[in-house]
Amino acid sequence: MSDIKVEKLKTYIETPSIEIDSMKGVGPFKANKETQEELGFPGEKVDNWKEVAINKIADSVSKYRSVQVFLDICVKCGACTDKCHYYLGTSDPKNMPVARQDLFRSVYRRYFTFAGKYFPKLVGAKDLDEEMLDDWHNYFHQCSQCRRCSVFCPYGIDTAEISMAAREVMNSIGIGQKYSNQILGKVKKIGNNLGMPEPALKDTLLDLEEDIEQETGVAVRIPIDKKDVEVLLVTPSADFFAEPHIDGFVGYVKVFHQSGVSWTLSSYASEAANFGMFIGSYEVMRQGALRIRKAAIDLGVSRVIVGECGHAWRVAYSFWNTLSGLGSGGGDEYALQLQRQLDKRYPQPQHIIEFTYDLIQKGKLVFDKSRNDHRVVTFHDSCNIARGSNMGDIENGQFILPREVIKATCSNFVDMPIETIKVSTYCCGGGGGLLTDDLIELRVKGALPRMQALKQAEESDAVNTMAALCAICKSQFSKVLPYYDFDPYMIVSVHQLVGEAIILDKESKSKN
Amino acid sequence: MSLTSTLFILLFYFSVSIFVIGLTRKIIQYWRTPAPLKIPIAPAPQTLPKLYLRMFREVFLFESLFKANKWTWFFGWVFHFGLVLLFFRHLVYIWPGELPEILLHSSPLRYAAFPLILGLLGLLCRRVIVDRVRYISSPSDYLMLILLIAIASTGILMTFFHNHPNILSVNNFIQGLVTLNWSELPEEGIFLAHIILVLILVAIYPISKLLHAPGVFFSPTLNQVDNARKKRHISSGNLDIEMNENEQDLDNNN
Repeated sequence: MSDIKVEKLKTYIETPSIEIDSMKGVGPFKANKETQEELGFPGEKVDNWKEVAINKIADSVSKYRSVQVFLDICVKCGACTDKCHYYLGTSDPKNMPVARQDLFRSVYRRYFTFAGKYFPKLVGAKDLDEEMLDDWHNYFHQCSQCRRCSVFCPYGIDTAEISMAAREVMNSIGIGQKYSNQILGKVKKIGNNLGMPEPALKDTLLDLEEDIEQETGVAVRIPIDKKDVEVLLVTPSADFFAEPHIDGFVGYVKVFHQSGVSWTLSSYASEAANFGMFIGSYEVMRQGALRIRKAAIDLGVSRVIVGECGHAWRVAYSFWNTLSGLGSGGGDEYALQLQRQLDKRYPQPQHIIEFTYDLIQKGKLVFDKSRNDHRVVTFHDSCNIARGSNMGDIENGQFILPREVIKATCSNFVDMPIETIKVSTYCCGGGGGLLTDDLIELRVKGALPRMQALKQAEESDAVNTMAALCAICKSQFSKVLPYYDFDPYMIVSVHQLVGEAIILDKESKSKN
Repeated sequence: MSLTSTLFILLFYFSVSIFVIGLTRKIIQYWRTPAPLKIPIAPAPQTLPKLYLRMFREVFLFESLFKANKWTWFFGWVFHFGLVLLFFRHLVYIWPGELPEILLHSSPLRYAAFPLILGLLGLLCRRVIVDRVRYISSPSDYLMLILLIAIASTGILMTFFHNHPNILSVNNFIQGLVTLNWSELPEEGIFLAHIILVLILVAIYPISKLLHAPGVFFSPTLNQVDNARKKRHISSGNLDIEMNENEQDLDNNN
């Protein structure tokens, strides 16, 4: 544990006074030449970077209505100023959503608006210079794109859209973030964020099958690249090896075993996560989505199900249909093929929670809740699921379904304070491409509001387990919980709870 | 024609032209700029009627602002509500021909000036007092409030402390602008100040944050239905997608 000053948790979340420049710095490590070029960005900062950047800004405002409108219409009412977990945790005023947007907006005004061109001081328009660029790299990597600010903005202004646009501008001039861009390179080359090649993946799955059999006495299969099965499961690759993710993965495997539904993983599309969203690149994001479309078509599946991952679910739920036609109603060649292939009785794509919830509703899963009796469980709503997706196609389904699954498998469930969950949930502090050691101070501080809420739940209800549905949340919490005197193992996958309570039949009804 | 009236006639045409042309251009720009992806923000409506309901609550009740901050909501809402009532009251000055019955009874609406100015003063205080809001404020943010306060003050002065000019003569002046049959503008000092401030406001409308009024309707986080799985969202910006012709539907059927 590195030496980061952590404030003692209070009993409620307090809005701090501003401390100017408290998080000023060089930002996360920058990507090297090779990494940048792999993604088609300039290898290093281009000579005429200012000109290129301004052209890219022009391009962004002409391509994204969100960016154009949001830059124009903010009235600086201040509603968002106390809503960002990074502001609450760091007191740096540039971490207030509006001030973060203003790093972009002030430049936009300077070069693209009448008032900013002729009266820059009056309207807070600023030149794009080295200092501003440094602030961009630093502060646009102190935004986890969680969209909490947008919930409270009277115009729905979404800082995530601005920070994505800013990162895209920076990439276009050769300044990329090492962590995100390296990972994207691995996906492009190998197919998953870990860069885990097919043989290693297959070995891991075999080991896991053995582990499960040893533990439960039931031979549970984990099929991969199996053709003409019903379901293709696409899950974040962290599920294959990281703690506590892997126990959640075991949970899915057990659910599939019990469900009797034939399924497979794909070694070609072995990644649900899509960091293309974090760097604001529509094209990179689309490439990720197309891998999954290809796998679905090649394997001839009739359903695509997505594992526990926050932003992946937003991309799958909200964007896949647009990006690749994986959904309903598309008319292009691939979309039509998918329409013929995909089973219309189910939403496409579907979340693993929707799958498990349906089985529970139909009485197909039997649980021994007492196996989870040592736990008092609370649920951390992951931002991208909470604010950018739905489950079950019912209003607030993304909040209801996971809680129902937990309640079906655990006797003791309590929620954290209402202003910190569901639509108002606080980010774990590590989302949006910030889950990297070079940003550990930010990650610890950004977790403060969630930690405070957890503290409240611990004090009032003796909560000792926090379940989540996002690979990033799980990794982030494992790392930062100890800074706040919590047990790092208290963070679990929702499907870990499922996996622990589920009663397995010896034989799967599935034809796998 | 007096020099003052001539100047004001020119100023009227100038400001209103900027307003109309500038605002139209902005609205066309917002309309045409693609919204390539579905990005509704929770709690997102799943049907069109619910979307209209959401927009109604945002536009008329400032629902999100209410969730965010009760003081800002109160001052902001009171100010905007006052503005709407006073706008309605001011129709008597521009209505062509016989006034409709309802406008004849609109005189009590003049009291809306008080909640309006209360709201503005509250917003100004908040901007000065709260360190976070002070940090994000540019000179233009203060000036905008001061301009609005000045407009309200001159209006209040005329209405409640001085005799304001005859409605008919103002109405005549306005009709003259429309029919190019110009007439004299009443020349009371406060009245002229009131008018000139309003014309400034009108002229800066399309180049300032006042664009939030038309802009809110174009905000993709608010104006989209949450149905991405059921209906493919295609905006004219999704150029790289292999689409067949009938799918390139217009920009925004949500």
